[in-house]
Formats: sequence, C-alpha cells, structure tokens
Amino acid sequence: MSNTTLAGPAGAPNAVAPRPPSAPDRAATRARRRKTLGRIWPNLLALALAAFFVFPVYWMFSTSFKPAAQVLTKTPTFFFTPTFEHYGTATEVELFWTFVRNSLTATVGAVLIALVVALAASFAIVRMKFKGRKGLVLAVMMAQLAPWEVMVIVMYLIARDAQVLNSIGFLTLIYFVMVLPFTIWTLRGFIAAVPKELEEAAMIDGCSRTQAFFRVIFPLLAPGLMSTSLFGFITAWNEFAMVLVLNKEPEAYTLPLWLTQFQSAFGNDWGATMAASSLFAIPVLLLFLFLQRRAVGGLSAGAVKG
Amino acid sequence: MTVQTTEGATPVTKEPPPSGPDSRPPGEAAPRGRRSLPSGWLPYLLIAPAVLALTVFLGYPLVRNVLVSFQQLGRMEMISRATVWTGFDNYVELLRDDAFWAVVVRTFVFMAVNVALIMLGGTLIGLLLNRLGKAMRLVLSLALVMAWAMPIVASATVFRWLFDTQFGVVNWVMRSLGFAGYEQHNWFQTGFSTLAIVTLLIVWASVPFVALNMYAGLTTISGELYEAARMDGATNYRIFRSVVFPLLKPFFLITTFLEIIWVFKAFAQIYALNQGGPNRESETLPVFAYVEGMSQMQFGVAAAASVLTILILIVAMSFYFRLILKQEDEQ
Repeated sequence: MSNTTLAGPAGAPNAVAPRPPSAPDRAATRARRRKTLGRIWPNLLALALAAFFVFPVYWMFSTSFKPAAQVLTKTPTFFFTPTFEHYGTATEVELFWTFVRNSLTATVGAVLIALVVALAASFAIVRMKFKGRKGLVLAVMMAQLAPWEVMVIVMYLIARDAQVLNSIGFLTLIYFVMVLPFTIWTLRGFIAAVPKELEEAAMIDGCSRTQAFFRVIFPLLAPGLMSTSLFGFITAWNEFAMVLVLNKEPEAYTLPLWLTQFQSAFGNDWGATMAASSLFAIPVLLLFLFLQRRAVGGLSAGAVKG
Repeated sequence: MTVQTTEGATPVTKEPPPSGPDSRPPGEAAPRGRRSLPSGWLPYLLIAPAVLALTVFLGYPLVRNVLVSFQQLGRMEMISRATVWTGFDNYVELLRDDAFWAVVVRTFVFMAVNVALIMLGGTLIGLLLNRLGKAMRLVLSLALVMAWAMPIVASATVFRWLFDTQFGVVNWVMRSLGFAGYEQHNWFQTGFSTLAIVTLLIVWASVPFVALNMYAGLTTISGELYEAARMDGATNYRIFRSVVFPLLKPFFLITTFLEIIWVFKAFAQIYALNQGGPNRESETLPVFAYVEGMSQMQFGVAAAASVLTILILIVAMSFYFRLILKQEDEQ
C-alpha cells in the first residue's frame, strides 16, 4: 500500500531507489520487534505464572473477607466491602482457643526440646571424635526422610497400648522426634561454620569448655538457631496424619485437624471455612516471608582473619 | 576471664601438658586440635538424648510395624488384647488382592506424573526466573514463596473451595470459557478426577521449591559459559543440554529423588481433599494403609501394607543417599 502511494508521484525509477536502504531497515525493525517480543513474552509468562501461584492464596483471603451474601454466588464477585464476620464465626467455634493452645503447645514444645537435644548432639558430632559418629550422622540423615505418614497405624497401636491417645504431651514428643533430625542436620552445619579457633582462643583466655560454648559459640549460633527453629515450627504446625490418628477427642485436636473437621461441620459456609484456613495459614506465611529475607551466616566471617 | 599476656607461657588448664613438645614445633595445630577433641564419655552423654529419642519414637515403631504385620489384629484381637501370630498371611492376603494391586499401580502412576510435572515445571520456571528483570523476578518469586508457604491442610481446604460443585470459581471459569456441562460439575466424582486435582495441588505446592532452587543453582553458573556457548553458535536448547544440565545434574538427580519420596508418601493432600474417596478410588499406598487400619480395623493387613510401602521408599531413599554421599565426598 505505502509503496504504491509513494510510487505514484515519484515515478518508477524512484520507487526502486529507496528500496536498498529500506530492506536492511525492515530487517532491523523485524529484529527489533523480535527483541521486544523476546523481552515481552517472558514478562507476560511470569505475570501469568505469578497469578496462577498466588491465586489460591488470594482467593482464600478474599473469600474470608467477603460478606456472606457474596460468597455463595454462581458468578464470583471480585469487588466487595470487606467484613470480619467470618473470622467471628470461626473463632467463636466451641473449643477454638483450646485448639490454638494445643497447636502452640505441641509445636513450640517440640521445637524447644529439639533445639536443646540437637544442640548437644550436633556439637558432639562436629567437634568431638567418638565411636559410631559416622553411623549417627547417617542415621540422622535417613531419619530426615522417615516415612511418618506410613507409620500412623503402628503409632496408633503404640499410643493405645501406652494409653496416651488424645494426649498433647505424646503428640509433642512425636513432633519433637519429627523435627529432631532436621534440626541436628542444620545445626551441624552452623556449628561447623563457627571457627574452632574462636573456641580455642576463649579457652586459652581461661574459659572452660562449657563457658567457651555458651559465651562464644552460642551467640554466633543465634541466627542459625532462629531459622532452624522456625522451619521446625512450620513442620510441626502443619502436621496432620499423626494427629488425625492419635487424637480423636475434640479436646485434643490441633488446628490442622480442626480445619478438616470444620469443613464438614460447617458444610457450605465457605466464608467461615476460608477464615479458618487463613487463621491457620497466616503465621506460616509470615514466618516464610521473614525467613526468605533472613540471610544467615556472614556473622562469624570477620571474627578470624586468615 | 583472665587475659594471658605472658608470651609462651602455657595457659592454666586442667589438661595434661602435651606429651611430646619436642617432636612438633610449638604452636602447631595438631596437638591443640587433638586436645579440643576429648574422647571418653562426654560425646556419648551429649548424643544420648537424641539417640534415645530416635530409638524410642522411630526405631521401635518401625520394628513394631514389622511385628504387627505378622499378626492377625482385627476388632476381636484389639478388644481381647491377644497376640495371634499368622506368619505371612497378611502379605499373602494383600498380594492376592486385586484392589491392592490397583492401589500399587495407581500410586506409581500418580507419583510418576507428579514428579515429572514438578521437575519440568520447576526447571522451566527456574530458567524463566534467570531470564527476568529484577522487578518481575521479585513478583514471580513472591508468588512462588506464597504457594510454597501455604500449609498443606489449608491449601487442600482452599482447593476444595475452588473446585466446589455449586459455587466453585473453577466451574465458573469453565462456563465463562464456553465449556458446556459445568453448571454443577462435581470434580470429586471419580477417583481419577480427584487424583487429578490432588496432582494440581501437589504440583502447585511443590514447583516453587524446585524453581527457586533451580534459579539459585543457575546463578552459580558464570555468564562467560553461556557467552562462549553462544559464540560457538549454540541454540538455547543446546545451551541447556550441554552447559546447564551437566553442571546442575547433581541438583536434578537429588531433587528428583526427593520429590519421588515426598510424593510417594503424600498423605495429607489426598486425605484432606477427599479421604481417598469416592469408593476408595483415590487411595494411594499411605492412604490405603490408613483406611485399612482405622476404618476397616484390619491392623495386621494395614501394617503389612505399610511395611511394603516403606520397603519401596527405602529403595528410592538408597538412591537418594548414594547421591548425597557422593556429593559430600566431592565437596
């Protein structure tokens, strides 16, 4: 089209003349266009993927804040005035605070016991020589992948024989052993990262071994302990299979179990169900965002000069 | 704390002086290193609580599991508390049961599909992350972290809501896209479609782990390698196959086996979505063992199924540990 309009007044030879410069021009535009396209499609794809991954989380929160009348609609509503009514429904459920307390007891208890036990064990593994050290490391490594989900039946039988069904204490102990291997494994790395020279320097300065540990190594381990315990917290907080088998009495439910029962108890009240889900998920989501930003290590790097 | 200033003076310690000061130059690492590694009872005291806990709560249940699998343990025996040994009866019953084999086949297919999708999706998204600009990378990473962080039970509940028969947003999307028959489509009608949604749930939740680790791995590859390959005229695919893949091969292998183990023993996702239903059609081995025990009260059979599952897992784990140990040796 543009060629003919150009060719009209200028005549035939002129129409040919601009061609040589225009051919590489067009190739350049095409290349440029391909380049912009090459820059655009990854971004578009990334946006689509981000939407895909975030959508269920978004939908959970958005449903939990929707007025009840706008939750159960054939055509979903995307804009609404937020309300907290569903959170009221969820938290006013009988025993809700018992479930929260159970979850917190089992989780925090398990993580704290695991930290103490793992600190001792991993210190021995890293800094001491003893028979069976390699075997222990291997056992810890394998225990990290222990098939707890497949062992629920036998755990039920054991708990039944020991008469500790519906016991938060027993659940805490199981969660402690669940997070223990991982805790030992990560702390082992953190302790190994603290230069031995620091400990030795402290001992030369007159510290006993115990003092050297608590005054020099322990403070340097703080970030490691922090992130390790947060991951342990998440594992125990999310645990479902074991509590499903062991604790059948409502008084001994933890939040994950409550959440699955809530759904069947409240039937179609999806607003309240999503509020319950949100309440359960928020601590973990926050911890995760916090952990992402946390850069561990580097703290002890400057203490010893090469 | 006292500060030792006198040069050469040995610090006041309870330990005996080094036995051979003449054999090694003073101040060498070896004797000092040995002194800080005391042998004797202390290390055993330190590891005792961990060893005890693992033995009582992990070792003993594993042994007990094997023992129970050789017993007849149903309603009767649970009440009378009698121990009835039946040898391999539970295993024979299981292995002769077509339903059990259906579960085994289903578990393997389910696992293979999930792991393939997770690895493929994770790798591609990892590569994409490496290509994106800073802002867009942050957006996608945040979305991935959100999906990764969601507790399993919470996301299972949300997926139940997304795929709800009457008011689910997925049915609305299908209607909006012009598909017929999604007025009241029940996504949990068959075992197959239930497992398809479980797959979506697991892939959605697991891809972020692979993608973010893949991206972390990619950032360790120096840009010069890509440049050199591009100079030699390599295409993007070729660069991936000949540069990226060989360098990240340990990562790929380790992650694949880790995912195999994780998906194989997945319980909460399947159980929380539809309790293995309808008609036990979406049961995989761990769910099968649970239902056999807790609903059918066949604890012996359940234990046998659990032992078989653990044996399969041990095979996968042995590959995984071999890879891990090899990598530790190389470092």
